[in-house]
Amino acid sequence: MKELLEDEPGKKILLLGNEAIVRGALEGGIGHGSTYPGTPSSEIGNTFEKIAKDYGMYFEYSANEKVALETAAAAAASGRRAMAWMKHVGVNVAADALMTLMYSGVRGGLVIVAAGDPSMHSSQNEQDNRYYSLLGNIPMLEPTTPQEAKEMVKYGFSLSEELELPVLIRTTTRVNHARGVVTFDEIKEPADIGHFDKDPARFVAVPQNSVKNHPKLLEKMGKAEEITEESDFTKVYESQEPELKVISSGAGFNYIYEAKEEKDLPISILKVGMSNPLPEKKISEFIRDAERVLVVEELEPFLEDKVKALAKDVNPDLEIYGKHTGHFSKLYEYDPDRINEALSKLMEVDPGKEPLDVKEYELPSRPPSLCPGCPHRATYYAVKKALKGDEAVYSSDIGCYTLGIQDPLNATDYLLCMGSSVGAAGGFSKNTDQQVFAFLGDSTFFHSGLPGLVSGHYNQHDFVYVIMDNRTTAMTGHQPHPGTGKTGMGDPAPMASIEDLARGAGIEFVETVDPYDIEKTIQVFKDALEHDGISVVVPKHPCALIEQRQVNWEKFQVDQDECKQCHICTNQLGCIALVRDGDKVHIDETLCVGCSQCAQVCPFDAIERGVEQ
Amino acid sequence: MKRTNLEIVGVGGQGILTSSQVIGKAALEKGMDVYMSEVHGMAQRGGVVWTTVKIGEKVYSPLIGSGEADALLSFEPIEVYRALEKASKDTWIVTNISPIVPFTVSVGKEEYPDVDEMFADLEERSDKLLKIDAEKLAKEAGAAITQNIVMIGALTATEVLPVSKEEIIASIERQVPEKFVDINKKAFELGYEEAKQQMNE
Repeated sequence: MKELLEDEPGKKILLLGNEAIVRGALEGGIGHGSTYPGTPSSEIGNTFEKIAKDYGMYFEYSANEKVALETAAAAAASGRRAMAWMKHVGVNVAADALMTLMYSGVRGGLVIVAAGDPSMHSSQNEQDNRYYSLLGNIPMLEPTTPQEAKEMVKYGFSLSEELELPVLIRTTTRVNHARGVVTFDEIKEPADIGHFDKDPARFVAVPQNSVKNHPKLLEKMGKAEEITEESDFTKVYESQEPELKVISSGAGFNYIYEAKEEKDLPISILKVGMSNPLPEKKISEFIRDAERVLVVEELEPFLEDKVKALAKDVNPDLEIYGKHTGHFSKLYEYDPDRINEALSKLMEVDPGKEPLDVKEYELPSRPPSLCPGCPHRATYYAVKKALKGDEAVYSSDIGCYTLGIQDPLNATDYLLCMGSSVGAAGGFSKNTDQQVFAFLGDSTFFHSGLPGLVSGHYNQHDFVYVIMDNRTTAMTGHQPHPGTGKTGMGDPAPMASIEDLARGAGIEFVETVDPYDIEKTIQVFKDALEHDGISVVVPKHPCALIEQRQVNWEKFQVDQDECKQCHICTNQLGCIALVRDGDKVHIDETLCVGCSQCAQVCPFDAIERGVEQ
Repeated sequence: MKRTNLEIVGVGGQGILTSSQVIGKAALEKGMDVYMSEVHGMAQRGGVVWTTVKIGEKVYSPLIGSGEADALLSFEPIEVYRALEKASKDTWIVTNISPIVPFTVSVGKEEYPDVDEMFADLEERSDKLLKIDAEKLAKEAGAAITQNIVMIGALTATEVLPVSKEEIIASIERQVPEKFVDINKKAFELGYEEAKQQMNE
């Protein structure tokens, strides 16, 4: 990734959208970057991790998105160009800060990248974050390609400085995780260290100040209304005699533009690049003489509703097609097929090649699963054993351990968002007679598991709080966090102790155990279940993917003479290296990492180290 | 210049992202436009992974529609079936024949279909199917982990790519660590030869 630091204007390089965003920040002279990792935004941080020092900026993984935004806001208030980035739902966490930050604004440019995930490839919902721009009066840019993402980030800094407001860059998976050809511009020197010039009337959001700052925000957005009309990111792609006009923004634009160019369709497209404030004059002009307009945008009818409102004034007879007419759905991401389907209802379109007509097979599903050697699997197994068949409610959280939802563990019953395991567990404990467990990981605990712990102890909730400490933020690609002893820039850091934090909150039962010792782990859970109030158990073992880089354990095999085919290993532990062949079980040597979990649960000592002959 | 569409599918951990970049970077090196779409995040934990690689003079979007693939490259036999809607009768279908059994099957909840029967059906409907034993060839090359390069070799043999064999090999050389270059080149050749042989049959 050092290639991103090359100051070679004109050079063309194949970049992931997230890498292009980083390059845009370097071309914009970023001084501060902060984030909490989340798909599809994670590779932005992963990339800064590798280059921030060489470039000369400050970069941090904050404990959560709210902290990430607050640190970036302060950097920008001190005159430094700053960027905070997060997945779409991360903005919900940061929203409290964001809504008021709009009142005080910034001095150095502040770019906030919010990465949406239509189709929920790696997310709990597919909320359309464009509405945040309306809720907070936030100027917003919507890139369609990695190249444009780079340009918008770079421009975002100067737009932010011109308006003295943060700028929201709203991306989606097919921008962040698209890889395209990006052309370098000049790299700018990183922003100098800042200085915070005090101005309490502006930066202290007490009522008497906010009353005066809200009108200032509206005034700035008035200026933004003029800027958006001139924005180069908003473009018309003409057709000589258009049969249909199209208004589009975001990743959905790519497919309609492709249809126009490659199928030679008589359509004119207005691509809206700056979508808050919307260029109302440009849109009005575009639709004034039109008969039919199709609005192409993923998720909610954000543009469509506005086009409807504008048409009322300039062209009341305009036919507007989109979500309200059933040409598109509010669900999931778009692709060429969905665009073709909508277009074919309005004009003649070449349907393309006929897909192969083949026999339908019932294909087994292939959901993601816990890796071989994953310590979470042993923890879940131990919890079930400690319960001895008794029922419990498993309130879970966001991370690899959510994969405990799969067979045969079935250890996930309730989940909302980052940190929800704890609050919900308390709610279950107060409102049912059921035994309750909360499961969350170390990084999620630091993100938002602490308030639930303090609140739960204060309100005398009664559940087992399992903080599965694998020493990393595993799901998003192994980023460091406050418990790992390492910063985002690779420097040593003080290590936060989960156990001390729990004791500090007043929890009496705090036990740490290595889940690779299954018998001991079962005993700890048995003790925890005996305890009244919140008992904290910290199963602590490094993520198997990390540990396997450092160890080389001998793999296991099943001794078929000793195996009684009881299937406890496959039906209760369910490691993916255990493969059933009829009633026989054998171990896939390419998957086995030699962790010994299966050997420990086998009641007949039929699983032993060594490779099957 | 005609646009070339590739769909590459398989299971998390099979080197699918690396493969798509080997091809994409070879095309960029030749001055062509490239647009790709990748899967990152949760699915990489043993789930289905697919990438799209589109190459042409100008490429407008990162995804392809039904029937639009010029080649469907699959690293796993049932995953080719899951992605078949992208293929038409003109599509080269190049697939690995070694199954990776999903845990849903290992725990006895679902069944893995009869691969021979599936391929027999597919052969009746497509004249452009190549079945590659990538595991065997990769081991022959010296490392089971080079299966993805074996498959790229086989794909290259179909000449569906707008880049030459030499250009793909050069791209591999640029992207794999130096000490693994020879093994990967051997893997590529074995895949290439196997495909050529099947195409001549």
